[in-house]
Amino acid sequence: MSKQHWLNIGYDRSKYPETGGDGNLIVDKESQKFVKVWQGPNHPGVTGNMSVELTISGDEIVEAKTHVGYLHRGFEKLFERRKFIQVFPTCIRMCVAEPDYNEYNLAASIEELGGIEVPEVAQWLRTLVLEMARLQTLLRVVPGQGGTTGLGIGVQWGVYLRDLILDRFEELTGGRVYHMYIIPGGVRGLLPAGFKKRMLDNLSKIDEFVQNIDNVMYSNAVFKKRTVGIGYIDPAWVNSFGIVGPNARAAGFKRDVRKDYPYLKYPELDFDPYTATESDIYTRSRVRWHDLQITVDLIRQILDKMPDDGQIRAETPNVLHWKIPKGETYVRAESSRGEYGFYVVSDGTEYPRRINLRGPSYTHAVSLLEHLLIGANIADVANIMVSLQTCPPEIER
Amino acid sequence: MKKIIENLGYKFILYEVEYQRKNLTFVTVDKENTVQLLAYLRDYEGFKHFVLMTAVDWIEDGLFQITYILNNPKKKIDLAIRTKILREKAKMTTAHHLWNQVATYQRELKEMFGIDFPGSPRVNESFILEGWDNIPPMRRDFDTKKYAEETYFPRLGRGTNDPSEYMKQKLYPNE
Amino acid sequence: MKETENKDKFLHEENKKREVTAPDGSIIQIDPMQDYFCDARPQVQEPYKIKIVEKFLNWARSESIWILGFGTGCGSIEIPPLVTPRFDMFRYGVQMRPTPRQSNAFIISGYLSVKTLKRVIRSYEQMQSPKYVLALGSCTINGGMYWDSYNTINRLDQYMPVDVYIAGCMPRPEALLAGFMKLKELIKAGKAEKANEYIENLDWYKANQKKIIKDWNMPDYNW
Repeated sequence: MSKQHWLNIGYDRSKYPETGGDGNLIVDKESQKFVKVWQGPNHPGVTGNMSVELTISGDEIVEAKTHVGYLHRGFEKLFERRKFIQVFPTCIRMCVAEPDYNEYNLAASIEELGGIEVPEVAQWLRTLVLEMARLQTLLRVVPGQGGTTGLGIGVQWGVYLRDLILDRFEELTGGRVYHMYIIPGGVRGLLPAGFKKRMLDNLSKIDEFVQNIDNVMYSNAVFKKRTVGIGYIDPAWVNSFGIVGPNARAAGFKRDVRKDYPYLKYPELDFDPYTATESDIYTRSRVRWHDLQITVDLIRQILDKMPDDGQIRAETPNVLHWKIPKGETYVRAESSRGEYGFYVVSDGTEYPRRINLRGPSYTHAVSLLEHLLIGANIADVANIMVSLQTCPPEIER
Repeated sequence: MKKIIENLGYKFILYEVEYQRKNLTFVTVDKENTVQLLAYLRDYEGFKHFVLMTAVDWIEDGLFQITYILNNPKKKIDLAIRTKILREKAKMTTAHHLWNQVATYQRELKEMFGIDFPGSPRVNESFILEGWDNIPPMRRDFDTKKYAEETYFPRLGRGTNDPSEYMKQKLYPNE
Repeated sequence: MKETENKDKFLHEENKKREVTAPDGSIIQIDPMQDYFCDARPQVQEPYKIKIVEKFLNWARSESIWILGFGTGCGSIEIPPLVTPRFDMFRYGVQMRPTPRQSNAFIISGYLSVKTLKRVIRSYEQMQSPKYVLALGSCTINGGMYWDSYNTINRLDQYMPVDVYIAGCMPRPEALLAGFMKLKELIKAGKAEKANEYIENLDWYKANQKKIIKDWNMPDYNW
């Protein structure tokens, strides 16, 4: 792992602070020539409630420290006091933006430990809900990248379309943001009448949006100037920092849990994750833009292929007395940010011994961000944070 | 998968081997061998992706179980390495030199479980909590309900019921 | 006694009293907790003496509610829909501001961990009077889902004055708009006086806050 930073290689930068012989900056904090600035936790939206402590020289960052814990609710402690079924309404709040992955991971791990087969229709419905969750997050995050560079119009379009998807969620599950739709053994209900038609209507609007955002944002000279070549992630860091999802795909690694470890009905669907190699902010945002198109296409395929009727829930023991057999497992799913996994330990009682969440932001927002920010300008901090798609609630839980 | 475990068996002492899924295996090793095993797996067996690291509190045995999950992106398999350490004055060898994100996990474990990792960078800085002066909260002997009731101001008249008992009383009182 | 012990225990290195060398070579003593902040107690803001002027002011205040852009919990996910065309809160004169000095309303959007509560109090005290607080979600009312958590507060009104509560987990954007309407009614009727209540009962609030924020590390008053 090379410690030399991307900005120090042939980049026209000021002579202060000086670089030592090994390519690192010489930072003597006692010299009183550096200023400390906090970014956050008072935040405008996409990056979430976290803060970065920056030591700056001029407007160049020489040291960055991530501070998290503002959203810590002690979930993993609370789960010790709750039965497996009581964990469901609590655990979905671990990631606010896309709660369905929590439901799926917990249900899948309980089913794996308890030895339950999920019926066909329920698997299709689960796939649909997970893709819808990805769609609504991407509709917020893709234009959000423009928002950090001052291009607000995309956000206005994207959040409106996201609201339409939330309406479909409400129709299907009864909840707007938190759904609690996936339960152990299956799902809670079938598609309501007319759902498919309304969903397809919304998807055609999103197709339009995809084209518009390409014209307005990705062809915009200012946006390009602010994003191309900034925040470069070296492909060598992907393994040494544990980078997953779109951030790894932008660095040339074709890593997608849906393809690599197929779950639910993904093997029957036809899709190909987009990969690029430039690995800067622009490319990462572009990968998400392609993901958005893939997701829209996947939802169309799911609606086309799924059976209309059938059993939606397998027989399970009474959930209040259900003793999950002793064991451990690790279940993962691909969220919009990358690999999202649950490590569940059961000790043979009704209460879980330990449920641990592996969120992609844990590495992206702490160790990677601290490394990536060195040498960047203050104005690029928000840009880089959004391009990593950090979500603090899953870091501190 | 079985082949890898067999190969490992020649070099390290593996106590329990559990094949959980086709692509997920749990092995238990000694505390002393753990970090060596991690380095070996990373360098020779292609387990390049570090998935997670966490601890489980087995208070009745007086042990902490530390679990590392590694992933081989080429062969698409996961290997989970478990090791048990004593709960009293818990201490574990640090693995921060192998992957960059491990230092963060160790900082969290130090704060939430009180497991020390000597030599890990910034391990003594607080990560999530601020101004915490009780025992580490994720230990099982820490009672979060009691602490919350004593510290914060609970709404008066709030009661809790055990769900199974309560439903039985409400729905089937005669059974 | 215990309080001062805690204060010393968690005092950060950069906040300790120390001697520094000034650029001209002289040695000066600094106490960061005292030197940079005003320690005067805040004053209660009296209503204007002429009634019609006060009425006019209240109308003006109610039509320009500027929110501090600080999403403290899950509820902040419902703020983007409010700013965008579908629910468009700007038509009611409500808009987001980036800094506490420019805003007069604070949405506490959900649960507050102790660490956030410290930042919230600081931001709230920096806001200009008259100021209003909207508490969102059941977590601020009684702890909600996290009532037994060791790190989240149960009742917000023990630490900060609250003008309007909006129940739900999480409340829909329509509920938030209804909350704003209610707040407007209160302001127009001259009943949204919680900021003054905070100043009148300052010692009680400060004692409650200091009970849970052990790592205080900031001056008592932040105006």
